[in-house]
Amino acid sequence: MGRKRKGIEVSLAIADAVGQANADVIAAYPITPQTHIVEHLSELVANGELDAEFVPVESEHSAMSVCCGSSAVGARTFTSTSSQGLALMSEIFFIASSMRLPMVMALANRSLSGPLSIWNDHTDTMMVRDAGWIHVFVENGQDAYDHMFWAFRVGEDPNVLLPVAVNFDGFILTHVIEPIEYEEDETIKRYLPEFRLKNALHPDRPVSMGCFAMPEIYTEAQMAREDGVTNAYPTIIKAWEEWGNITGRQYHPIETYRADDADYCIVTMGSYGETAMEVVDTLREEGEKVGVVKIRLWRPFPFDEFQGAVLGKKALIVIDRAISFGGPGGPVASELRSALYKKEGAPVIVNYIAGLAGRDVSRNDFRNIILEGKAKAESGDTEGFILYGLRG
Amino acid sequence: MAKPMEQIKWQELEPGAIVTEVGNAREYHTGSWRSARPVVNSDGCIRCGVCWLFCPDAAIIRAADGHFEADLTYCKGCGICARECPTGCITMVAEEEE
Repeated sequence: MGRKRKGIEVSLAIADAVGQANADVIAAYPITPQTHIVEHLSELVANGELDAEFVPVESEHSAMSVCCGSSAVGARTFTSTSSQGLALMSEIFFIASSMRLPMVMALANRSLSGPLSIWNDHTDTMMVRDAGWIHVFVENGQDAYDHMFWAFRVGEDPNVLLPVAVNFDGFILTHVIEPIEYEEDETIKRYLPEFRLKNALHPDRPVSMGCFAMPEIYTEAQMAREDGVTNAYPTIIKAWEEWGNITGRQYHPIETYRADDADYCIVTMGSYGETAMEVVDTLREEGEKVGVVKIRLWRPFPFDEFQGAVLGKKALIVIDRAISFGGPGGPVASELRSALYKKEGAPVIVNYIAGLAGRDVSRNDFRNIILEGKAKAESGDTEGFILYGLRG
Repeated sequence: MAKPMEQIKWQELEPGAIVTEVGNAREYHTGSWRSARPVVNSDGCIRCGVCWLFCPDAAIIRAADGHFEADLTYCKGCGICARECPTGCITMVAEEEE
């Protein structure tokens, strides 16, 4: 026995991971590009390979409602969605975190309507940025597989009790076939303890969940929620460390590539980090002092690690894949500007918005963005944002 | 309630602000919302219990002699009891302005 390396579609590997994590309840509605995940899970349940309830709900609103109910009785709960599905879930999405109900969502990032598009960007996840969930962005198929176990472990930890969204790029990751190293079921059992919810619903011990709050108590409830998300941090780090010790695959809230001596860094989230690293290798050969900073943990935001990685650099070239209409540009760049405000040695930020609705961002585009961004930073042209590749 | 709501600190809330104390909605005195109160003419009350059934807030109580009256700690003054009473023995009377 040992680890098995499989050539498999990333969506199927995610579903297999949910099976290996021994989920109790899966409630999801199929939506492109997430469909293969729930299809495969329904097969696993139907074939008797996974002892779970698969609830074929009539909408995403119901999917998230079922997930809240199943988590409330202490069942390990999984769902998956994208774009319009997430929008339809959004009412209950906020409630899951306010009630501190652990569950894992594989969020296959896709653009929001309109215009209608099925392709990838980050407009869906940015809609729920402030919903009180833990958000992590993965870069490749192995990363996605690994983070299913990590997400259950973190969210169900008695010190955390929060829902966790694992964000991965629609199509770019969901539909790609990669070699993925599967861990043994025994390894997963050691890493992922049984879910025990202290206040789980039970007839012997009645409690009321999701109560109405008067103005006298709403503020306190929100502070408790804020504290819950922020203080999930040490558990998040510990869960990564232990996963690294077991598998040899190390993950960090902020990851860098050739950034230590770099003057200019491109900042990415999700699968773009892979292309950025390749392009940085080429530019390094040409003598450019450039590096990559990848944001893996989005909520809670790792302020100290981010500042530690970038203070002293000349400029950051930040790629956003969403736009805040009439606002400061992309949500990532505006957050990073705020994270660096009045910090000594803070780099300037040049904000590109690229890859909307799956428009291809090739190696050559990354190269253009880095070199043009560098030139803009040098000339002080750092206001606002640039919609990369825009005609007109 | 173990502690009045306005004195609870955020650290004292259960995770998810769940309520573990059974029946503490009693501490929420909705009677302060009322602009008109139901006044029962007990001579006309046939003790049918229609007001008790219809009250959306369970704010009608049965007196010792069997007739029904509003519990003014909780009655919001919606007037449904007065509308539904088959004998018309319940009248809504405006609360006096303070």
